[in-house]
Amino acid sequence: MTLTVIQALASHWRTHRLQLATLLIGLALATGLWSAVQAINAEARASYDRAADQLALGRFDGLHNPAGPIPLSRYVELRRAGWQVAAVLEGQLRVQGQTLRVLGVDMVAYPALPAVTQIEQSGTPPDPADMLTAPGRLLTTPVLKPLLAGQTGLPPILISDALPPDLILTDIGVAETLLKKPGEISHLIILPDQPGSIPPLSTIAPELERVPAQEQLDTAQLTDSFHLNLSAFGLLSFAVGLFIVHGTVGLAFAQRRGMIRTLRALGVSMRRLVWLIMAELSMLAIVGGILGLVLGFFLAGALLPDVAASLRGLYGVPVSGQISLQPQWALSGLAMALGGTFLASGHALYRLSRMPILSGAGLQAWRSAASGSWVVALAGVAAIAGGILTLLLFGGLVAGFVMVAGLLVGSALVLPYALSRVLILFQRSAKGPIAQWVWSDMRAQLPGLSLALMALLLALAANIGVGTMVSSFRLTFTGWLDQRLTSELYVTAATDQQGQDIADWLNPQVDAILPIRSVELAHSSGPLFLYGIIDDQTYREKWPLISSSERVWNRVHDGSAVLINEQLARRENLWPGDTLAITSADTLTIAGVYSDYGNPTGQAIVSMSQLDRIAPGAEARRFGIRVAPDRATDLAQALRNQFDLPRRAVVQQAAMKAQSMQVFEKTFVVTSALNILTLGVAGFAILTSLLTLWTQRLPQIAPIWALGLTRAELARLELLRSVLLAALTALLALPLGLALAWALLTIINVEAFGWRLPMYLFPIDWVYLLGLTLLAATVAAALPAARLLRLPPADLLKVFANER
Amino acid sequence: MLLTFDRVQKSYPGGRPVLRDVSLSLDRGQTLALTGESGSGKSTMLNLAAALDIVDSGEITLDGVALSQLDDPGRAALRRTSLSLVFQQFNLIPSLTAGQNLSFHARLAGCHDPDWCAHLAQRLGLSDLLDRYPENLSGGQQQRVAIGRAMAARPKLLLADEPTGNLDETASATVLDLMLALVADTGAALLLVTHSHEIAARLDRRVHLAGGQIA
Ligand SMILES: Nc1ncnc2c1ncn2[C@@H]1O[C@H](COP(=O)(O)OP(=O)(O)OP(=O)(O)O)[C@@H](O)[C@H]1O
Ligand SMILES: [Mg+2]
Repeated sequence: MTLTVIQALASHWRTHRLQLATLLIGLALATGLWSAVQAINAEARASYDRAADQLALGRFDGLHNPAGPIPLSRYVELRRAGWQVAAVLEGQLRVQGQTLRVLGVDMVAYPALPAVTQIEQSGTPPDPADMLTAPGRLLTTPVLKPLLAGQTGLPPILISDALPPDLILTDIGVAETLLKKPGEISHLIILPDQPGSIPPLSTIAPELERVPAQEQLDTAQLTDSFHLNLSAFGLLSFAVGLFIVHGTVGLAFAQRRGMIRTLRALGVSMRRLVWLIMAELSMLAIVGGILGLVLGFFLAGALLPDVAASLRGLYGVPVSGQISLQPQWALSGLAMALGGTFLASGHALYRLSRMPILSGAGLQAWRSAASGSWVVALAGVAAIAGGILTLLLFGGLVAGFVMVAGLLVGSALVLPYALSRVLILFQRSAKGPIAQWVWSDMRAQLPGLSLALMALLLALAANIGVGTMVSSFRLTFTGWLDQRLTSELYVTAATDQQGQDIADWLNPQVDAILPIRSVELAHSSGPLFLYGIIDDQTYREKWPLISSSERVWNRVHDGSAVLINEQLARRENLWPGDTLAITSADTLTIAGVYSDYGNPTGQAIVSMSQLDRIAPGAEARRFGIRVAPDRATDLAQALRNQFDLPRRAVVQQAAMKAQSMQVFEKTFVVTSALNILTLGVAGFAILTSLLTLWTQRLPQIAPIWALGLTRAELARLELLRSVLLAALTALLALPLGLALAWALLTIINVEAFGWRLPMYLFPIDWVYLLGLTLLAATVAAALPAARLLRLPPADLLKVFANER
Repeated sequence: MLLTFDRVQKSYPGGRPVLRDVSLSLDRGQTLALTGESGSGKSTMLNLAAALDIVDSGEITLDGVALSQLDDPGRAALRRTSLSLVFQQFNLIPSLTAGQNLSFHARLAGCHDPDWCAHLAQRLGLSDLLDRYPENLSGGQQQRVAIGRAMAARPKLLLADEPTGNLDETASATVLDLMLALVADTGAALLLVTHSHEIAARLDRRVHLAGGQIA
């Protein structure tokens, strides 16, 4: 019996192939976009982790000797004195023409290496003794294994996924032999747990320099925010795809009501039917999900090189631009497909299960259920209000997401009603008979199109919202870089004296030397970094003031005023005209506030003489050098040679800036690709709805044709109708998208990361998006319109044929 | 002559010829009943006369215009301005009100006359129903709107395909009376397809279609 029922149910899809294709494509698109974003995020996160796992280089402070390697004796003295440090030896090894980085770490002092941990998890735990005793072990990535396996004279190789692709990690003893640098130490890592009373560095090892963990640009929070929003985008794309599934499943169920009624009359229980339909849906979900995974895999593969390039720029870490197929990724994708399918068809299934054997309503009921009645709109308003209320009452990240979800779902529900009201207005003001017909007919078609239009609304809102977010984010980042990295070169001298020498040497050859001097003060609001600056055009021209009073720079330089960063301003609610008590004795008027992203601490800027007065003896070892950009590289090298400075003491920030900017150009490629894809999904939803409506469409068009319009005119009107509905939806999507952007920037970001990005508007992008939307709507309507254009009159005449 | 069929042949793709050799003429102001068995090609003839479809061979002339000489837009213009149609299914535009439906064709043809429409509505007994949508009208009311729509444009030729086929007896009688009266008043010619001998008897002429020819 079950088999017969299955055959009967499946026969529907045989006669409705387009519907089946629509359903599968909808599912595949939803799953594909979602899993592509997931894959990209996962791969990017893994790369961040690998970068960070670079043996704690990024996570812990280090001790460096600006003059070169650290003598072994120093290391021993530090350890004896109680300093918990681990020795690191770095070097390069050439294997078959390829340069590999070798990192030797004192595994006794610092054995908790993530790389080692990962091998342990993989089931073949290495014996710690093997690592330490000759010949030792080399840890490396799967990528390098074939290269190294062919070499003789190397210790056995262990594979770890937690390492950057070009790195060999080993014990420092093994590294000494490999690199032929016996007894040498490149630098020391300061371990997190230090005893309470250890002698200060200045007494025990004055020549060593403590390098803080994150001396490079701290982009972790920015990128986290980026990924969070990318995830939100993926989820939205998924939701848009589900609208297609919802629409097609609803229609298919409605069309099968007759058959189901017959089956029940023949003695099949509703229970069995529901189970069978659920099994059928699961099958479809799995097929669609697998298609989606394939799609997502290729999509991620296509986008990932850009992401990889971004990461390379961001961290200087080579990341494999290839995506690896992970079982949990595939499983979660399939789970999403299944869950999404049932979410999208739950309502239809429920209604089907409650259908009495003898009931007439079929398609009609389905259409009216999707209609833009004010009840649905009211539910939408309730969803929006509920979201806002949740945020107001509870606050926090989850409530923030509830608010965003409520806003999106609610607006989608309100859309058909809103559109219908707008169309009534147009209809009232329409003059000609055709215009009147077009408007009234659009309104009549709304129920059948509303799901697709909701999908379009969400896609557009996501586009505008995420686009605004990303663009604001990029502007912010640019501003931040410009503020941080105005000078072409940054030099760090070993001592104040060397700093003076460097300044004297550079003075005749460069445009300006900007000393970077700061002290950390204990302020009532928390730590406050006080910077001193000299009077230079650079600041007057470039410093990103977001709020300032008159003659701001003159007042700073004559010592009567101070600049503070935005964090401090917002936290303490201090703005130009207020005063800042830098110390108990020094209170200055605030002349301006500047933006400063990426760090949570307060900063203030005074003139150099004020700094020397307030905090005498601030180090004078760092400089920003203004020089013609094309001279920067040569000068950097000359400087290193002249003063025998290590590489890291002279940093060419212009290159760094360009690289960092590239990161965002690349991530932009990713978002805009996703943007277009989501829009494509919505366009597809419109196409499927129009095709679904096609059969009901002819009886409405034929009379107009008979009354004297050509098929070409009617086809044009069909195109126009679709484009107008899309345009109206786009107009409504704009405020929603901006609300979404606002929520992402000022609620989600604040809740998730503690700071707020300013929102910038990009009207040009909206115009571009509107163009794209109209294009998508035109393309979607082109197929039905072309059908109409080529329709033989005989087919139109059937509408008038006398048999009902 | 207002309308002539000259040795018209017509067949549908993949089917036997429906009209083999049909010749017929209709004068201005004349009313003609077209009868025949189901499937004999009555609707086909009417649709050809309405420039909704094109002949395989032969010629149809309407008001001096040879229809085969017209392109698609030309035929559409002809439908708008020279003739009006009434169908068995009424075929009103569901998204427009009765009043909007009534004036629709005239406005499309660019000859809308509000007084005339009001007069028509009044004569057809529709004055109180003009704000209703077709789905809220009875069959007889819908057909009266359709007749009003057809006459509002003051056509030279009215083509009606079993206009009372979907109506009960009383409604049929009303609709037919109104239609004939309006045709007589405006001087339009009428080509009416019907199964009913009674109805056919009320018209000036009557032709019977059988075997693809006028008997
Ligand atoms: N659009 C069409 N495509 C193919 N064949 C058609 C089409 N319309 C009509 N026919 C065929 O042409 C023949 C004549 O049809 P037509 O509708 O003109 O008959 P009719 O006389 O109006 O019949 P009825 O009294 O049932 O309305 C029939 O055999 C019909 O099957
Ligand atoms: Mg017929």
